Amino acid sequence: MNLMMLLEMAAEGLGDRVAVGSLDDGLTYRQLYDRAHSAANRYRAAGVESAVVCDESSPALPIALFGSAWAGIPYVPLNYRLPADDLLALAERAGSAVAIADEPNLERLGRLPGVSSVSAEAFRADPAAGTDGHASPGDWNMDPDDLAVLLFTSGTTGSPKSAVLRHKHLVSYILGSVEFMGAGEDEATLVSVPPYHIAGVASMLSSIYAGRRIVQLPRFDPDVWIDTVEREGVTHAMVVPTMLTRIVDALDARGGAPMLGIRALSYGGGKMPRPVIERALELFPITNFVNAYGLTETSSTISLLGPDDHRVAQYSTDPIEQQRLASVGRPLPGVEVQVRDDDGAVLGPGDVGEIFVRGEQVAGEYREKGSLLDADGWFPTRDGGFVDDDGYLFIQGRNDDVIIRGGENMSPGEIEDIAISHPGVRDAAAIGVPCREWGEKVVLLIVAGGDAPGPDELDDLIRERLRSSRVPSHVEVVDELPYNETGKLLRRVLREQFAHLGDDPTD
Amino acid sequence: MVELKPGARFQSTVCSTEVIVVKGGGEVDLTCGGAPMVASGTGEISGSPSDDAAGGTQLGKRYGNADETIELLATKAGDGSLAADGDALEIAQAKTLPASD
Repeated sequence: MNLMMLLEMAAEGLGDRVAVGSLDDGLTYRQLYDRAHSAANRYRAAGVESAVVCDESSPALPIALFGSAWAGIPYVPLNYRLPADDLLALAERAGSAVAIADEPNLERLGRLPGVSSVSAEAFRADPAAGTDGHASPGDWNMDPDDLAVLLFTSGTTGSPKSAVLRHKHLVSYILGSVEFMGAGEDEATLVSVPPYHIAGVASMLSSIYAGRRIVQLPRFDPDVWIDTVEREGVTHAMVVPTMLTRIVDALDARGGAPMLGIRALSYGGGKMPRPVIERALELFPITNFVNAYGLTETSSTISLLGPDDHRVAQYSTDPIEQQRLASVGRPLPGVEVQVRDDDGAVLGPGDVGEIFVRGEQVAGEYREKGSLLDADGWFPTRDGGFVDDDGYLFIQGRNDDVIIRGGENMSPGEIEDIAISHPGVRDAAAIGVPCREWGEKVVLLIVAGGDAPGPDELDDLIRERLRSSRVPSHVEVVDELPYNETGKLLRRVLREQFAHLGDDPTD
Repeated sequence: MVELKPGARFQSTVCSTEVIVVKGGGEVDLTCGGAPMVASGTGEISGSPSDDAAGGTQLGKRYGNADETIELLATKAGDGSLAADGDALEIAQAKTLPASD
């Protein structure tokens, strides 16, 4: 199995249909296949270990994704917003590479040993890559265990791990969940999730196999999103909760007229605030809503709440049916879900525990730690939750304490470490509290040792060392932090104590 | 006879059909157009499908046997139709999951 098989089928079955871009000047499936061939030549000629992408969305991304599959090297999308030192540390872990990047990372990455960097425009346009015959038609490797994609995820420790997705996982996911050429010729999907997110990778694969034109929105802005939907004739879209919140607000600011052109809107990546989805169901009155739950390690979606369940919940007076709006629905065919207690015993309906999943699309593997699957193939998601009597899965937050702000996972530890590095801070705890706009926002609690720094001073310190999204919305000075008898910080206590700093009373 | 396992690819020897195994295992007499299929890239195409096995294979469709132990996905279309151990493989019902990403 190889991802190229999916594109080869699309090029054969759909040929001249536009795969990526606008109807008048986009790349067709056939052209995408040819560009992937050129990219494979480039990768093979360079003899590199990885196909790095450190850039926002553009047609260069699907070309690099399929070109790397053809050349037999992993596709490694990096977060181009990372501070330079963090970015270079990740890029070094990818080994020798051809790296697609924009300034200033083009120059930074190009200085790494074994890395040649290229702009997205040059990558797309350079015909020389296709002429030296390193790749012949169809000569990609079909070993299902070959590496397809490496994605860096932020874990509890704060040190990013590289999740390994092999061709067999991603191909199984697509074959198991997408109907080949299932999309009509008039369908187009608007991709606004970042390319270094699993949803960004999965959206390229599923759209191409379905034959649904991809329209890319590199920098999310709610008004641009709405305008692009109308201008490009977009019929499908996937958003993270923060984006939907902002789209809903923007539509209301425009007078609250319903949007009828979007046939299907899927969302996932974090907890959706209830008022937002309820308003969205009104503003998109005939749209099919899908709530998708998945992880990087599971090749994207493993469970989904479908359109009918959304509308039933919207109009029902039955509390159980209404409550379904808070669930992530039922597992995909081919995916099994179990909820287990701390001792590993499988729990029945309604009992809260850790969610385990199993299936051909479940990779559950990291370069640093190897496979996390148990002997029977089950992967511990580290998400807590339960399954109701009818098989609907409810997620109740990460078992570890990752803060998810606007779909972006961040480890409290990395914020705390920096706060504690200030001489005036004796102890620190970063927590996420529910908030309507971002899902969660960062609250930093500090115990002063000597002269406590002001909030601005801490903000500056964190901004200097981390991304701006890590900067706390609130900094509170407390006398002490709550610990249990084994010295474990009781974050749950803090989250309850400071929940009033959020602004979503229903959450 | 060929050895079926998920991910294995086979080609027809009498038409352009190619398939990948989605489900199945073990030794199976896999035919297309009435002639034995071989591992992809290992056979020449000659002749034409026999009349009783010329219904054709459609790109992207899944073909399965009655007891659902075998499922093949057509990665290239062709004029021959598929059979396993003498039983014709039929188009399996398409999955109708909503798009999620």
